[in-house]
Amino acid sequence: MKSAAHDFPSRARAGLQNPDLVRAMARARTGFIDKRRAAVDALPEYPQLRRIAREIKEHTLQHLDYYLERFEARVREHGGHVHWASTPAEAQAIVLDVCRAAGAKRITKGKSMVGEEIALNEALEAAGFEPIETDLGEYIIQLANEPPSHIIAPAIHKTRDQIADLFHARHAQYGLHERRTEPTALVGEARTVLREKFQTADVGITGANFLVAETGSSVIVTNEGNGDLTNTLPRVHVVTAGIEKVVPTLEDMSTILRVLARNATGQEASAYTTLSSGPRRAGDLDGPGEYHVVLLDNGRSQMLGNEFHEMLRCIRCGACMNHCPVYHAVGGHAYGWVYVGPMGSVLTPLMVGLDEARDLPNACTLNGRCREVCPMEIPLSDMIRKLREREFDERLTPPRTRLGLRAWAFAARRPALYRFVTSLAMRVLGLLGRRRGRLRRLPLAGGWTGTRDLPAPAGETFMAAWAKRRVEKR
Amino acid sequence: MSIARERILASVRRSLRRAGPLPESVREVLDRRLDAPAPNLKPALDDDPVSHFVHKADAVHARISRVSTLAEVSGVVLRHIEEHGLGESIVAAPGLEGVQWSNRLAVERRAARGSDQISVTGAFAGIAETGSVMLLSGPESPTTLNFLPEDHVVVLRESRIVPHLEDAWAMLREERGSMPRTVNLICGPSKTGDVELVILEGAHGPRRLHVIVVRE
Amino acid sequence: MPNRVRQSPDDATARPRVGLLVTCLVDLFRPAVGFAAVRLLEDAGCVVDVPAVQTCCGQPAYNGGDSGNARAIAKRTIEAFEPFDYVVAPSGSCAGMLREHYPRLFPTGAGWHGRAQALAERTHELVSFLADVLGVREVAARFEADATYHDSCSGLREMGVRGQPRRLLASVGGLTVAEMRDSDACCGFGGTFCVKYPEISTRLVDEKCAKILATGAGVLLGGDLGCLMNIAGRLARESHPVRVFHVAEVLAGTAGRGIGERGR
Repeated sequence: MKSAAHDFPSRARAGLQNPDLVRAMARARTGFIDKRRAAVDALPEYPQLRRIAREIKEHTLQHLDYYLERFEARVREHGGHVHWASTPAEAQAIVLDVCRAAGAKRITKGKSMVGEEIALNEALEAAGFEPIETDLGEYIIQLANEPPSHIIAPAIHKTRDQIADLFHARHAQYGLHERRTEPTALVGEARTVLREKFQTADVGITGANFLVAETGSSVIVTNEGNGDLTNTLPRVHVVTAGIEKVVPTLEDMSTILRVLARNATGQEASAYTTLSSGPRRAGDLDGPGEYHVVLLDNGRSQMLGNEFHEMLRCIRCGACMNHCPVYHAVGGHAYGWVYVGPMGSVLTPLMVGLDEARDLPNACTLNGRCREVCPMEIPLSDMIRKLREREFDERLTPPRTRLGLRAWAFAARRPALYRFVTSLAMRVLGLLGRRRGRLRRLPLAGGWTGTRDLPAPAGETFMAAWAKRRVEKR
Repeated sequence: MSIARERILASVRRSLRRAGPLPESVREVLDRRLDAPAPNLKPALDDDPVSHFVHKADAVHARISRVSTLAEVSGVVLRHIEEHGLGESIVAAPGLEGVQWSNRLAVERRAARGSDQISVTGAFAGIAETGSVMLLSGPESPTTLNFLPEDHVVVLRESRIVPHLEDAWAMLREERGSMPRTVNLICGPSKTGDVELVILEGAHGPRRLHVIVVRE
Repeated sequence: MPNRVRQSPDDATARPRVGLLVTCLVDLFRPAVGFAAVRLLEDAGCVVDVPAVQTCCGQPAYNGGDSGNARAIAKRTIEAFEPFDYVVAPSGSCAGMLREHYPRLFPTGAGWHGRAQALAERTHELVSFLADVLGVREVAARFEADATYHDSCSGLREMGVRGQPRRLLASVGGLTVAEMRDSDACCGFGGTFCVKYPEISTRLVDEKCAKILATGAGVLLGGDLGCLMNIAGRLARESHPVRVFHVAEVLAGTAGRGIGERGR
């Protein structure tokens, strides 16, 4: 997917002004936050599990080469293929080759963020294949030709009426002509349409929540069952996954599963957790004849051990965006690329470039709620601040901001000058605001006074008053 | 070996400040960790595994029937069919043994097809902690039976219910030795929240999951 | 008086010496908060001084990516406050800057890192300092109002301020505190964020205002002047007659003119 992250300001504005999005985000706020809270509170061992889950990921990252090689060896033992891709382009090429070799036409897809990261749908379409997203949310946004706006609920920004319009327009070709708006009807309609696609697909592509080194298994965690129809029915199963998805053992995966489901959807366990290990075995009556895993780097190996290392612990649960006030205000599309909310504010600059995504780290109040809820305790705010530092060092910070910061810091480092300038300024502001106690307008402060009054200062600063008090006390 | 593979592994090692693969002594420690996997923390359960399983499965809207013997399974399936007004042909997992099917039922033993209404399968294990059933793929238990039909009936013996997922992995290693192509952990019927976050059942997988817990 | 905890009232050398980090916003906009803090600390038995060389903790530079200037300002602040037993700020955000972030500004092992670390360990937010370090359980103040309390993000998440202000406010005569929904959600201030992304900031403060108004409270209290000026400014612009005070003013019994109210 091509990045539109540079366009954050205008996309954010569009989000703020979209009444449907405002309603959708209000639903998300209560839905995700309350359910997660209840699920976490109901598990007394949660804090320890969270700590262990973090240790497992950290341990794996410290020995990532070892675990990747072990995973690869196991997949081969099962008769599967492991492919390595440094870049999205390489990953695309690998998947296209597999599809061509299989003589494929129709390709079903389970939800995969790496699939989005490497813009797989566009590549498949350009090569003449027919890719079909089968997760209901992904299917909806594929019909609408939009990127996901949430990691768990990609079509969270769509209302039932908008979905009804989409289905009405796009399902007539299947003989479904009635426009229906009830969620039950919409889900039923998608089920009917996609059933046929599942059964006629040649290749099924899924992502992976985990890669288990012990057993050479790729693991998907879903609720709809679409991922399972995708990885069971076609002749070929392709898994696209980031190299950081590997965990050592089934037990380690089990621990992380407990924190993943609770943080993602507030469930104790998702409806379907599926481990795929190679192609169908001798005597099997179903299952794919070929099994491929594409391991994508795309900058991950360089994050390892640097100041963004901890981001590699991310299990893509979405708790950070569910608790991000800025995400709630602007919606996922404002972020302009695959990953949205706080995780996007860190990953997008690292994956598509800081210059392209320079607004993202700045559009954050550093309130720290994302880190507080993150099951992997990823210090998102600190990373966002580090990206700001990089921007400042690489002179990507807008000149006006830079100049303002510099001038202010110049004074702040010189107490006498600072004291002189500020007490003068406060005396003026105090006089201006004396009548109302606040200022409705102020030159150069439109960012504040456009929508807020500025409480007027007392006139005399604390430091001046304190100096007087000391004199009086003496 | 591909160029990308070597490039990625080299980059990983560079980032971890290592010149090459891990020293043998470290590899041995990690090998042992993989060869004898140990459970991490298993959350305490507040009652016996079977009651816990039933309680949790019910909470995620799996239908639970408890019977004494396999002889009662056929009757439960018939009642399920009557209750939901379904046809009397079912697909059973080839490996599901010991069930005496009523002659009202037309039973086929095969993988699933798109038109199948009801499948009946066994289960490798039940996980008390979450109320999930674990099914393993194989000639006796085709995976499509777990996903294509509208109704999935699972026959689970009480003796196969274990407290935690970790216990099921231990059982899998002991009884099977290696991973089947597919392991399915199923926790309630198929569901989605993708339309305005309204949770609805029957997205792509079975609309109804019925677990028959057999005491014998 | 029961609210005063003095270890050895007659022995000035045994009383904790507190350096007050006034914070730039209190210094410039609302000195009354600074004097309320001094009063609370002195009532609790501290010897309070205010180093004259302090300006600002350096957060705008730090959060703006200008770590060079942040470091320079941090060094000044460290030097100014090193002689004290404790550094106390009427702000979770500025105290958090000293406690959480100063040590990170300097490489581990460097002399300045050790000095920053030592200062960090002695740095506290005002209300949690009163409650957790000095053991203050109640105050003698009166304030007739139905209020609600906003948890400022840094205070809550960096300094662990949550129960302390609520417990102390419970001892204020005439005051009731009703909880708003999501009291821990950001108000949209975020330092320079509020002027860099004013539209987003306004949405956030509007949501905060709605939750405040939903409680029916006539007064909003909080521990960080940045948040309070933001919320008070928006409430005033939308003509909502909710009065806004820093929690220290109410605890010290000096709450008179609310933030953004005209002088009498």
